[in-house]
Amino acid sequence: MKQYFKNTWEGLWTVFVGMKITFKHLFVPSVTIQYPDVKVPLPERVRNRLYVNMDDCIGCDQCARACPVECIEIETVKSMPEEDLGKTSNGKKKALWVTKFNIDIAKCCYCQLCVFPCPTECIYMTDVYEFSEFKREDLLYKFSTLSGEETLQKKENFEKFQAEKEAQKAAEIKAKAEAAAKAKAESESKPNSDETKQSEPPKQENS
Amino acid sequence: MYNFLTELTGNEIIAAFISAMLPVVFIVPFVIFGVLAERKVSAHIQDRLGPMRVGYHGVLQTVADFFKLIQKEDIIAEGADRKFFNLAPYLVFVGSYAVYAALPFTSTYIGSETDIGLFYIIAVSGFAVAGILMGGWASNNKYSLYGALRSAAQIVSYEIPTALVILSMVMLTGTLSLATMSEMQTAYFWNWNIFGGAEWAFTKLLLIPFMFIAFIILYISTLAEVNRLPFDMPEAESELVAGYSTEYSGMKFAMFFLAEYGNMFAVSALVSVIFFGGYQSPFGYLGNSLGLQWLIPYEQLFWFALKGILFVLVQMWLRWTLPRVRVDQLMTICWKYLIPYSFANLIIIGLITLL
Repeated sequence: MKQYFKNTWEGLWTVFVGMKITFKHLFVPSVTIQYPDVKVPLPERVRNRLYVNMDDCIGCDQCARACPVECIEIETVKSMPEEDLGKTSNGKKKALWVTKFNIDIAKCCYCQLCVFPCPTECIYMTDVYEFSEFKREDLLYKFSTLSGEETLQKKENFEKFQAEKEAQKAAEIKAKAEAAAKAKAESESKPNSDETKQSEPPKQENS
Repeated sequence: MYNFLTELTGNEIIAAFISAMLPVVFIVPFVIFGVLAERKVSAHIQDRLGPMRVGYHGVLQTVADFFKLIQKEDIIAEGADRKFFNLAPYLVFVGSYAVYAALPFTSTYIGSETDIGLFYIIAVSGFAVAGILMGGWASNNKYSLYGALRSAAQIVSYEIPTALVILSMVMLTGTLSLATMSEMQTAYFWNWNIFGGAEWAFTKLLLIPFMFIAFIILYISTLAEVNRLPFDMPEAESELVAGYSTEYSGMKFAMFFLAEYGNMFAVSALVSVIFFGGYQSPFGYLGNSLGLQWLIPYEQLFWFALKGILFVLVQMWLRWTLPRVRVDQLMTICWKYLIPYSFANLIIIGLITLL
């Protein structure tokens, strides 16, 4: 019987204690962060979307080689000797047209291994993490600043230059060959005495 | 009100119709407010914010939800008993709406001025069980059936302590009419039944503790009757999917919702009429002191709505405080605790009123 009344009292009392606690919580400031409007500050070294500062890129291909999932694709074309591509921010001279710099962010595993080898520190992780897309293709980021026509032109230029160079080289080789032939011809007519001179002394020694 | 409308329209049928439709004008805005309040109160108790995006601090969230519910497809399962499946939500709503007929909103407006208002309310509140059982059975879904059976068991058992407490109050006041009961608690708040009613001083002091016990018992059992937490076994989401309303969608689901929130206010209003003076103001009326007689009914409506909403808020507060009880605990609370206490209370109050 005593237990019965004790149970009743305890049941009621604990309800009131609970109600007191919940009432207090009514006036506790809420912990909700209104996400799209307010964002949680990210830690300093977060790894999110990759970004490439093309002004500083020298097209060295080191990031692409460091990537474990092959998500970076780089193509470069050599510049003409008379073209000046400027310098990177840390003083390296640019020598290559970067005609293609694609990062497939869908493949990216956010390991940050591409960031360290970069000699000009132009590829880095940003704090952007909201970049979902409806199509998978939209996740292929193209960083190259050159348009398609420019790329073609640069390639053509280079090929032309290459061809010219080749022609020059061929001409040089030809000239060299000619020169060599000429020299040979000259030496054939003249150095006969040399040969005899050279061949004679051993003979002398022998005898 | 009815007489006034009869004179205004000159037709009894139209007057009766308008008079009967008035609670709808109250219930629908109340449900819209109630659902929002429920979400906001729950959120703030849990240190969250709740709906924030529709309107200022999410005030229009329920309106948006209502439009969403209207647009939803009305799905009826193949194995369901179509006739009863369609009927059930309306039956449940009728059960909760019928209670409003006997509630005195003001001294001038009461749906039906019967002398047996309390008796009628007890009878009609059992009506919802029929609708819930019908819905659960016609859904042809085991979870719905479980929910419906639990609900039936719960409502039927908890009607006993409710009835016993109401009986003791009827013994005290000597009336079954809610309007008369409200009138008896007029003037100041110490005339309310919870403070012993308008009794002679010594009896009053003797009555107060037993009135508090009666109030607590009635509040707990009405909580169980409207399937609110901690007694929401019939729609226990974590175990039963969603109870008897599992198979319902769209407007029919909204109907169950409307009935539930309508019921919540109805029982809160009942508690306030029985113990807290119903529409009576606790400090006298502004209309009386200013000499404006027409103001009094509006003040009474304000006090009635305020008391009802206050008890609804306490229901919400309790909901987010207590965990759900098990089925056996539910029955233990009812049969082993509430009923003996209300019996003892009934006898003691009877003896005191006899003295």
